[in-house]
Amino acid sequence: MKTNVIKRHVRDSLRSLRRNGWMSVASISAVTVTLFMVGIFLAVLFNVNHVSHQVENDVRVRVSVDRKTPQAAKDKLAKQLKAIPHVEKVTYRSRNAELNSIVTGYGQQWKMFRGDDNPLNDVFVLKTKSSANTIAVTKKARKLANVDSASYGGDTARKLFKVADKVRNWGIGFTVLLLLVAVFLISNTIRITIMSRREEIAVMRLVGATNSYIRWPFLLEGAWTGLFGSIIPIVIVDMGYAAVISHSGLTVASNGYAFFSTMPFLFWLDVLLAGIGIVIGAAGAGLSMRRYLRV
Amino acid sequence: MIVFDKVTKTYDNGVTGIKDLTLKVQQGEFVYIVGQSGAGKSTLIKMLYHELVPTSGHLTINDFDFDTMRPQDVPMLRRSMGVVFQDFKLLPRMTVFENVAYAMQVIETPDADIKPRVLDVLKQVGLEQKIRRFPNELSGGEQQRVSIARAIVNKPTVVIADEPTGNLDPDTSEEIMDILDRVHAAGTTVIMATHNRDIVNSRTHRVIEIAGGAVVRDEAEGAYEVED
Repeated sequence: MKTNVIKRHVRDSLRSLRRNGWMSVASISAVTVTLFMVGIFLAVLFNVNHVSHQVENDVRVRVSVDRKTPQAAKDKLAKQLKAIPHVEKVTYRSRNAELNSIVTGYGQQWKMFRGDDNPLNDVFVLKTKSSANTIAVTKKARKLANVDSASYGGDTARKLFKVADKVRNWGIGFTVLLLLVAVFLISNTIRITIMSRREEIAVMRLVGATNSYIRWPFLLEGAWTGLFGSIIPIVIVDMGYAAVISHSGLTVASNGYAFFSTMPFLFWLDVLLAGIGIVIGAAGAGLSMRRYLRV
Repeated sequence: MIVFDKVTKTYDNGVTGIKDLTLKVQQGEFVYIVGQSGAGKSTLIKMLYHELVPTSGHLTINDFDFDTMRPQDVPMLRRSMGVVFQDFKLLPRMTVFENVAYAMQVIETPDADIKPRVLDVLKQVGLEQKIRRFPNELSGGEQQRVSIARAIVNKPTVVIADEPTGNLDPDTSEEIMDILDRVHAAGTTVIMATHNRDIVNSRTHRVIEIAGGAVVRDEAEGAYEVED
């Protein structure tokens, strides 16, 4: 397509959007309402996923080493643990380091257990490649020599995994459903706009316009509708997200987990919302006008 | 040259629009198509710009043979002619200038060439003062003049007019006919379906009368009705 024809289509599509008045406002409003819902839901879904990943990744298998195990046996155990399938990383923590963590976390009174009174064991902390491997790895670790005990948080971790999985599956399903509703709503509104202009399309054909020449300004008009319709949802979702993060972000952070920080998360969410608007707007227009372009 | 060779058009509901119609129109002719309502005038006119296609027979318009035309040739056929309708068929969201320019834009004329040509044509039809008006701000006669300007802006070899004065008062009708006569004088073939007895009788040209979908009269310098 020639550059001057592209320019002409862009100019015509913007002019047509302006001259269509209330029909344009109706289409843009439909996009606004739908993308507002999509925006809120995507922000929640991405963050639930983000936090659940953090929770999952936080689950470690703790392998307590029998007391009085000589250093050579500990080294051998470390190698054996590393050799268990799906183990990604093995970290050694001495009983003194373990006690220091307790002192830091729970208070100075625990200092009295320092030295020979320390009741804790040396531990190996295993990170698995996936949370699904945690239970199997724990079982295998228990069977090794010089292992006092191996645990991963038991029922709590299992429940967490189940909840995270459910949120993810339902979230994806619901997002797909919401996007389908968005496509339906937006393309129907645009269809009504185009139906009201079928005479116009017929006249364009009568003066010798090709189908593609007629189609482009309508597609672009649909894309503008999607883009302009995404502005208000983007502003509200951005402001809302920033407010939510500043109020509840700290609470979550104190548990060791964090939501996405506003940047660059909001930038990509905005791009996604505008993209969804543009694609659905253009596709809605394209689908709606197909029937009026048959020769 | 336009050639209808035993052309028949039967609609999906079984009604026959035209039947075994044969006629030839030479380049540069002015032809009136007359006949009662339902005689087949509109079917014939719509076939000329490929809004309808023959059920049987052969139709050729200049280089376009309807037997071998592909869908992508239809816009090319329409670009080679100008069509004027009774109800004007202007684009309501475009100004007078934009309506006329649109016919040039679809054939990808550069912007620099469009403006002078559109202004020239609008001057020819006496609308140079109203280029920024929208169709709903114009009278019927003015809208029809825009329609004619759009039809002739690409300098077509054929102008087809389907009852162009049907919605206009006698004085305005005369103005429209003056413009069509000027178009014809420039060498353009004009085919005009009409019910307007006064115009056909006062501006004599070839008259083809249709009845029951067939040509019943074809006179080089005829009148609206057969004279006794």
